[in-house]
Amino acid sequence: MIVFDQVEKSYQVAGRAIPALHPTSMTIETGEVFGIVGHSGAGKSTLVRLINRLEPSTGGRILIDDEDITRYSAAELRAFRRKVGMIFQHFNLLASKTVADNIAFPMKLAGIYSKADIRSRVDELLARVSLSDHASKYPSQLSGGQKQRVGIARALACRPTILLCDEATSALDPQTTQSVLKLLADLNRELGLTIVLITHEMDVVRRVCDRVAVMDAGRVVEMGPVSEVFLHPQHPTTRDFVFESENVDHDELQEDLQKAEGRILRLTFKGESTYRPLLGSVARESGVDFSILSGRIDHIKDTPYGQLTLSLVGGDLEVAMKALEAAEVHVEVVR
Amino acid sequence: MEALMETLMGNVDWAEIGWASWDTLVMVGMSLLFSVLIGLPIGVLLFLTGKRQLLEQPVAYAVLSFIVNVLRSVPFIILLIVMIPFTVMLIGTSLGVAGAIPPLVAGGAPFFARLVETSLREVDRGIIEATQAMGANVRQIIFGALLPEALPGIIAGITVTAITLVSYAAMSGVIGGGGLGDLAIRFGYQRFQTDVMVITVALLVIFVQVLQMAGDRLVLHFSRK
Repeated sequence: MIVFDQVEKSYQVAGRAIPALHPTSMTIETGEVFGIVGHSGAGKSTLVRLINRLEPSTGGRILIDDEDITRYSAAELRAFRRKVGMIFQHFNLLASKTVADNIAFPMKLAGIYSKADIRSRVDELLARVSLSDHASKYPSQLSGGQKQRVGIARALACRPTILLCDEATSALDPQTTQSVLKLLADLNRELGLTIVLITHEMDVVRRVCDRVAVMDAGRVVEMGPVSEVFLHPQHPTTRDFVFESENVDHDELQEDLQKAEGRILRLTFKGESTYRPLLGSVARESGVDFSILSGRIDHIKDTPYGQLTLSLVGGDLEVAMKALEAAEVHVEVVR
Repeated sequence: MEALMETLMGNVDWAEIGWASWDTLVMVGMSLLFSVLIGLPIGVLLFLTGKRQLLEQPVAYAVLSFIVNVLRSVPFIILLIVMIPFTVMLIGTSLGVAGAIPPLVAGGAPFFARLVETSLREVDRGIIEATQAMGANVRQIIFGALLPEALPGIIAGITVTAITLVSYAAMSGVIGGGGLGDLAIRFGYQRFQTDVMVITVALLVIFVQVLQMAGDRLVLHFSRK
């Protein structure tokens, strides 16, 4: 468990303290995939580096499994860092070392593993990230996705309990992003690894995260389960991210709504109700006619969801609303 | 044919040329060795104490940088003369091959140190960060990540330094340093033996070419990009 207790970070620029992270308190549970989303410069990069103290905090406490890491000595810090893996946007592999040597590198640095241990662990990790055939290649001979898989294998070498992902998929094409995210999700399940993932893409959060914090200008402006934050965004920044990820042009949507007649509702289905043939039966019962203005049916991690914006004309609106709510559909009256 | 050789290269004493070449080789080789041994740690220190680096130390950096700059800004021909008392103190003579080596190192080491600093700066900061994140200490970062990653650049730096030392070594003939430069000055210049001059220059050109080619090959071999 990672606990932030009034943690803050500021940089000294020309004698003045410029805040990068305002006092922030939050808890990341063991074994969850926690997303931090924000625009560049929002402070998410700083936040994730506070966890392994690549950036020292300037206030507050950071407790990891009940130990305050901000008080660690240099030697304690180095030992602690071995238990926290990290992967990077630009992979940061050593160009001078082969794939196998890159993966072995953290184990060699630790100085507590025998050669045989290192060899067998490297083989095991290479197999896990499906790169066994590439062991003696150099990073420059690999594709972006392969490089990131080497990065992941390297991060896991010393069997960490926490994995920090710094924009790990931002330099990858969509298809490769998919496969890397799937690998991360699998590792989270298999190893009970706590993953803290920062990204500027809400889609990445939607695919793998359990909970998400949205950052804006050095503050966490919204935090909660991904389905909650994603389907019912409160803060303007969060809304921007959600719209962006759905490829919705907000202004265009408003224009479309202007043209529609009658009452406009946004329905949110989650889990089982997504697949129920609900709209037809509600229409028959209440006599309303509906047209779909916009909609999306997809998954948040493993949970299916649907979100539809409808305009309803005629019939008994009250009955329709009641029937929808009874079916555990979240109804929001847009107009 | 022999007559032609006699007219063209009458003054050339090939044994002398052979010895002079060997002397140049020894001077360049020894001074390169010491320049690398002294310049490499200085270059690493310059890098580490520099702005926003692992061991940022503005004062240490300023002092080190000043010394390096002073040695590099003194023209080598002056450095040769200024170094004479120090050289005598160090090895007992300022003459011959041995006497030329200390001023050559004084010129070569700071030059190489700057090249090392530059090639270390070329290493992606992300790699240092990643190595830190693995729990490496400063020594491990230097020997495990920085130097291996900068190796091609450092080898290129050694090549450039070696070539600079060839020309410095030739200059040391002025203070009686020995080698091809000495030969060129004493015979080629002072006795107007143009043929000796041409041969020594040709040998120096070949020497530099071989060094550059060998250096380039090594850089290529160690580059994994």
